[in-house]
Amino acid sequence: MKPIIQVVCEARAGPVRQAGSWVRVVIVGVKTWIEGWPVYRQLTGTDPLGRGAASQSPRSKALTARTETADRVAKSVCPYCAVGCGQRIFVKDEKVVQIEGDPDSPISRGRLCPKGSASLSLVTSDRRQQKVLYRRPYGTDWEELDLDTAMDMITDRVLAARDATWQDADDDGRPLNRTLGISSLGGATLDNEENYLIKKLFTAIGAIQIENQARI
Amino acid sequence: MAEAHPVGFQWVVEAKNRGAKVIHVDPRFTRTSALAHTYLPVRAGADIAFLGGVINYILSNEKDFREYVVAYTNASMLVSEDFQDTEDLDGLFSGYDSELNTYDQGSWQYAGQQDEGQEEGESHADRETASGLEQESHGPPIPADVPRDPTLQDPRCVYQVLKRHYARYTPEVVERLCGVPQEKFLEVCEAWTANSGRERTTALVYSVGWTQHSVGVQYIRAGAIIQLLLGNMGRPGGGVMALRGHASIQGSTDIPTLFNLLPGYLPMPHFQQHQTFDQWIDAIRHPEQSGFWANAKSYAVSLLKSYWGDAATEENDYGYGWMPRLTGDHGTYQQVLDMIDGKIKGYFLLGQNPAVGSAHGKAQRLGMANLDWLVVRDLYMIESATFWKNGPEIATGEIVPEECKTEVFFMPAASHAEKEGTFTQTQRMLQWREKAVEPPGEARSELWFFYHLGRKIKERLAGSTRPRDEGVLNLAWDYPVHGELSEPSGEDVLKEINGYDLTTGKLLSTFTEMKPDGSTSGGCWIYTGVYQDGVNQAARRKPGSEQNYVALEWGWVWPANRRTLYNRASADPDGKPWSERKKYVWWDAEKGEWVGDDVPDFEKTKPPSYRPPEGASGVEAISGDDAFIMQGDGKGWLYAPSGLIDGPMPTHYEPAESVFRNPLYGQQANPTRKVYERSDNLTNPSPPEKHSEVFPYVFSTSRLTEHHTAGGMSRQLAYLSELQPEMFVEVSPELAAERGLEHMGWAHMVTARAAIEARVMVTDRLTPLRIDGRVVHQLWMPYHWGSEGLVTGDSANDLIGITLDPNVLIQESKVGTCDIQPGRRPTGPELLTYVQGYRDRAGLTPGHHTPIETPRDADDGQQ
Repeated sequence: MKPIIQVVCEARAGPVRQAGSWVRVVIVGVKTWIEGWPVYRQLTGTDPLGRGAASQSPRSKALTARTETADRVAKSVCPYCAVGCGQRIFVKDEKVVQIEGDPDSPISRGRLCPKGSASLSLVTSDRRQQKVLYRRPYGTDWEELDLDTAMDMITDRVLAARDATWQDADDDGRPLNRTLGISSLGGATLDNEENYLIKKLFTAIGAIQIENQARI
Repeated sequence: MAEAHPVGFQWVVEAKNRGAKVIHVDPRFTRTSALAHTYLPVRAGADIAFLGGVINYILSNEKDFREYVVAYTNASMLVSEDFQDTEDLDGLFSGYDSELNTYDQGSWQYAGQQDEGQEEGESHADRETASGLEQESHGPPIPADVPRDPTLQDPRCVYQVLKRHYARYTPEVVERLCGVPQEKFLEVCEAWTANSGRERTTALVYSVGWTQHSVGVQYIRAGAIIQLLLGNMGRPGGGVMALRGHASIQGSTDIPTLFNLLPGYLPMPHFQQHQTFDQWIDAIRHPEQSGFWANAKSYAVSLLKSYWGDAATEENDYGYGWMPRLTGDHGTYQQVLDMIDGKIKGYFLLGQNPAVGSAHGKAQRLGMANLDWLVVRDLYMIESATFWKNGPEIATGEIVPEECKTEVFFMPAASHAEKEGTFTQTQRMLQWREKAVEPPGEARSELWFFYHLGRKIKERLAGSTRPRDEGVLNLAWDYPVHGELSEPSGEDVLKEINGYDLTTGKLLSTFTEMKPDGSTSGGCWIYTGVYQDGVNQAARRKPGSEQNYVALEWGWVWPANRRTLYNRASADPDGKPWSERKKYVWWDAEKGEWVGDDVPDFEKTKPPSYRPPEGASGVEAISGDDAFIMQGDGKGWLYAPSGLIDGPMPTHYEPAESVFRNPLYGQQANPTRKVYERSDNLTNPSPPEKHSEVFPYVFSTSRLTEHHTAGGMSRQLAYLSELQPEMFVEVSPELAAERGLEHMGWAHMVTARAAIEARVMVTDRLTPLRIDGRVVHQLWMPYHWGSEGLVTGDSANDLIGITLDPNVLIQESKVGTCDIQPGRRPTGPELLTYVQGYRDRAGLTPGHHTPIETPRDADDGQQ
């Protein structure tokens, strides 16, 4: 009933108040009411399955998608499995507001699976850790630590572990030039550029126990 | 595929809609099975019996694509007279060394080349360093000049050797070993062979269900043999397609964070084999060999120039002396055991959660609890960061926070939306990601973390005169930083990876421009060309709808933007398409070059008629019809004379843990598998050992659509946690009846390592199979759960022990044996007593030794 009342009210607000006009307004109102009925629109319009325009209410019609008001769109790739589905990341006010499949991608043609579809939560969840945390030896809980201090402490520990376990050569004098005191695991979720720097740095300091998911 | 790679699976459905027949072989009925025309349940761990049966069907019915096989494979090459097969030696190939549990490979070689093979000592060293993985981008060494019989009649030719090896893999044997009815198996054989040849091709798709086995590499080899015999390699719609599981796991193999490799599959120097720079180079290029690997010095010198810049000179062997050396197995599992033994001080975890995701979770956690320090970089709080207060060992008392010395740094990481860079997806495609926003709070990228860590290390060591610090101080590490966070530029690093002509400062366009004299740089030779013409090719985004199906202008694929490897094989030896229908790359005689839909995987102007001159080597030695240009002999290998630790042809061995005595051979399991025999890494007994009945069921694990690996990226998210809220185990109605398990009730599973609990799902998705005359039940679990996140539960990987494939040192975690009992597991210290009870009943007492070599005639003497 809502549409007809609306139309009639609008007609009342008009300048013409003669009796004949009232009849015309009611007829127009009925026509609008019928046309506003989703089944009518579904049967006569361009949306026979009733999954688009035909089922839209005035309220949903008035809504604007976050993707339309975004300040910019970054072209990206899904971070889960190795299919490499295209993603479009919508940004407004320097916040990620939506992540959708990229219809241009010849790999994924706009589709995302449940995980890829959840990647907005992956990026924006308030469960994400944003602070450096530190657990001291024999500690029973986390403590906060600022980033610079943590970087300095890690640098100290890498150098100390390296020195304490350094091997110049084996018993026959063959060069080893390495440490077996440092290990690393991870890389399959990281960028090529990151893996490149990781391997380059660790190789230069003589750390060879560098592995990732490809071994698993 | 529909479960773990759903969006990739749309192409299977697309093919199905166009008339393709889809066959799914899996121990468990999944969404993939639901959409396949044919589904075959099989026993986990018997895939070589199945695939060997297909090979036998092809060869005994002469269904191979003969012209392709003669021209492009090594079918016609003659194998050494000294070679003896597993069929002669009850499951061992010739050359087995019982002490090292490895082979002298001399007798596996082609005729006249017996001296070329690896000796058992070298083979042992190769196993320790997973050298098989080095062959991802090229073939193993082999001289090109080999005696051949193009009629394929000589009893020593590869074709006949293969035929004899698989003669016993009959449909009856497949039924007996795999539990697949013969008529169903023959339906697969007929469909596969009928759909292969000039006019048609068949694709083979696998994922971790094949790689995580003690014979994983040989599973994939068996698939490759079938695809070569049927002419499905290098052709559109064919191939062997690996569905890898992480956004850039291919990239992290190409530009490896792996102990035994350098970028582009160059080997990490070995203290014995590569003492000098020249030894290292010659070991890669094999001077007498044909193929593109002959230019290895250019690739290696360019890498060292990228690492050490101006400090890398001809006089100092481009800094080779600064490289660290391997002495053996430094893989992730060896490391974990070394952590338990107190040998390792510090550990970095970079977006990886081994407490849940790696085999033998308890060993992982106890190892981490025995470090000096641990750095965890992740988006969310994961189990590997909280083992000291929240892991299963807290309840059992094995880890006590007040007694655990490990110092832990949790460093929040930037997500994929908060940094720029490339992922390499499973078809070797690099796709550039733009940065959408800055990372929140103290979250930083790995690029940031490692750049600044390196900067601080260099600053700390400045002025040092110690030889060990020379390589650090000379390291080329001048990456300009940008923005408030002082972030290095991903583009700068990708350019370094691509490489430069150092005389002009221009970016290289192809790896063939690389020089061995230090005048070029390049951090990963197979990625050279990603900046072709100075343009970031990985960032190309021409819509798929505006391109043909090969879509060469979307992203960039290594090498040289080539989408299908070895695509020379899509044309016949004369360079003509095998058929109009399967036209892809062909020789255009008028233009005098190879043309087609893809970038030809061949020298552009080398005609099909080209034959190398006498004594040629390297690229010049590749004949005009050698389609497999990275192989030393230019051929696809049906038989691998070198490069594999465990034999030249795939052979059925039982998994390291099995409830069956190997029905085919006395040799029970892979005789070269990598084992770590320790009291904290026990293996459930298998025949011919006694007590295998203590763990009477076969189990496997895999992913759910709604969760990702160890759960760090999915159990923290509300939607995904709601969709799959709880750890469960799937069992058949028959097994439920046998063990008294109730649907939705609790059960617990037990192995020699652990007992874990889960909700029971009684389902027809699992079927009891009749194997070797008796019924075997299989059960299945997802492996995503742990103690952190919105939804928590026991970890399936806690059940699994550490036994590795000898070629690549990947663990067998897709099949094992276990018990299942109704109800929840015990808690607290009682849990340890409970598991110990199983060990005692299984005879896993101190001093127990799992036999590796198991001749049939010794069966009666086993304990």
